[in-house]
Amino acid sequence: MVCIEASGLRKTFGTTVALDGINLRVEEGRILGLIGPNGAGKTTALNAMLGLTSYDGQLNVLGQDPWTARDHLMRDVCFISDVAVLPRWIKVSQLLDYVAGVHPRFNRAKAESLLTKTTIGHTRKVRELSKGMVTQLHLALVMAIDAKLLVLDEPTLGLDILFRKQFYDSLLNDYFDRNRTVVVATHQVEEIQHVLTDVMFINRGRIVFESNMEEIESRYLEVTVHPDRLTAARALKPIYVRQGIGHSILLFDTNLNATDRAQLSALGTVRTPSIADLFVAAIDGQHGDSQGVAR
Amino acid sequence: MNTINSQSNAMPDSPNNSHINESRVISPAVLSAAKPMRWSIQRELWENRSIYLAPLAIATLFLFGFAISTFRLPGKIRSSELDPTRLHETIIQPYHLASLLIMGTTFIVAFFYCLDALYGERRDRSILFWKSLPVSDLTTVLSKMAIPVIVLPLLTVAVTIATHWLMLLFSYIVILASGMKLAFLWTHLPLFQMWTMLLFHLLVVHGLYYAPFYAWMLLVSGWARRAPFLWALLPPLAIGFVEKIAFNTSYFGKIIESHFIGSGDLVPFPADNMAMHPLTLPNLIQFLSSPSLWIGLLIAAAFLAIAIRQRRYQTHV
Repeated sequence: MVCIEASGLRKTFGTTVALDGINLRVEEGRILGLIGPNGAGKTTALNAMLGLTSYDGQLNVLGQDPWTARDHLMRDVCFISDVAVLPRWIKVSQLLDYVAGVHPRFNRAKAESLLTKTTIGHTRKVRELSKGMVTQLHLALVMAIDAKLLVLDEPTLGLDILFRKQFYDSLLNDYFDRNRTVVVATHQVEEIQHVLTDVMFINRGRIVFESNMEEIESRYLEVTVHPDRLTAARALKPIYVRQGIGHSILLFDTNLNATDRAQLSALGTVRTPSIADLFVAAIDGQHGDSQGVAR
Repeated sequence: MNTINSQSNAMPDSPNNSHINESRVISPAVLSAAKPMRWSIQRELWENRSIYLAPLAIATLFLFGFAISTFRLPGKIRSSELDPTRLHETIIQPYHLASLLIMGTTFIVAFFYCLDALYGERRDRSILFWKSLPVSDLTTVLSKMAIPVIVLPLLTVAVTIATHWLMLLFSYIVILASGMKLAFLWTHLPLFQMWTMLLFHLLVVHGLYYAPFYAWMLLVSGWARRAPFLWALLPPLAIGFVEKIAFNTSYFGKIIESHFIGSGDLVPFPADNMAMHPLTLPNLIQFLSSPSLWIGLLIAAAFLAIAIRQRRYQTHV
């Protein structure tokens, strides 16, 4: 089943184009990473999906138009963003009461059991909690909602690395199942790599690369090449070349260049590129004269 | 309420839950609209504790002053015993004063509440959290409008009644101690009548008549990027100013003024009377047939419609 479907999604702020005609399709049960540099249009895209911003073009989330049916949609959609702060004046117990009162799919017992694993007391006010605790609280609320789609916009921004790891671990272990879809936007690529099933790179309001993780593993290869073999390696038409210390690192798309692992192994050390490597190639390739990563 | 909730969520397939679902089948639309509304109003009371703390604080202060003044009460009663009108005035005056003070306080609370209602959630960015829940903009804006139109008038009456009871209690204790007759104070205090009229005045004037003012302030609070107070006050002043310069008239200002303090046939309470004695019996028929009430309500509805529509576009400031 399709969870999110967009075609020709466009959004401008004055003369600034935030989304320049995006087409995307996210199937149910995927964990999609929406990755892009600051100001690429990630948040605008997510806001459009959540009914927080108007847009041109077609957009359908769980069969509904988010802009006109936000309140209906929010029964099935949850989101956490680094700016969607919980109100500072509210007490934890009040927050639980309120969400239990307005959300038909909120499981209060589950939220409370998640909170017992933290040091957050029910009588505390949000303003008294640290940033990490506020995120824990928000995550506990969201994980206790039986939603179909969870949208995360830089949810771990400003948190330490231990907490970030814990955040994604609990998301994967306690929340995610095949009926749920998760969309995560971030520019911290490395730490969500192992979580994702699909990636999408967005830059200047356009999707510049999209793939699933299996495809990335089978299709892309990165070779570390010594200068004496560089000419031979370049002849195989890498899609991106970057310079290391005393060697070059060449990225190959095996679909495009008709090379294989054996052929490349002769030139140097071969490994599967990380998402960060692909990301740099895709974004940097756009700016320079390189061919960029093929779509 | 909470126990029911956690139960129904914890045991989605339990028989316990099935009758809850049945009751939902009866009137799903009404129930699904009423529950978010009830919790949205609750949220406003949590966030804006001045809604009830301010009138309670004023009532407490007043009671403190009144308690001290009651020690002079027996003397005052004796000195005006020969003049029944003066005696009546002496006894009843503090009770009117209490109503006026509490009413004035809640009116100021309503004013500042409305200016902050849709601005505060954008300023502290919590609007993104509120919008992540299945509560419509319609419910949110109407719940905020309900505070000055329904909650504050009812609260004012409740606090006033409690205050009057305590005043009566103090007075009786002092009178009892001075050896006077107990019953006579009551004959000068038509308290039940005062409360009824207060309730009527608050619901009708503060609720219905002031609705366009509240709706205007809510609209501005949802729209202004900063200083909603100035945005609420300056445009009406500017209109009046331009009218004065251009046509040397001041109809706009007079319309606003008459709607606010009431004058002539526009309000059931004559202006001079209303300012000092808001508790006189109003003429309900005349009030309900007054066009300015209906025009005001129409304007309020228009402002609210814009505020509801506008909240969809708003994220944080």
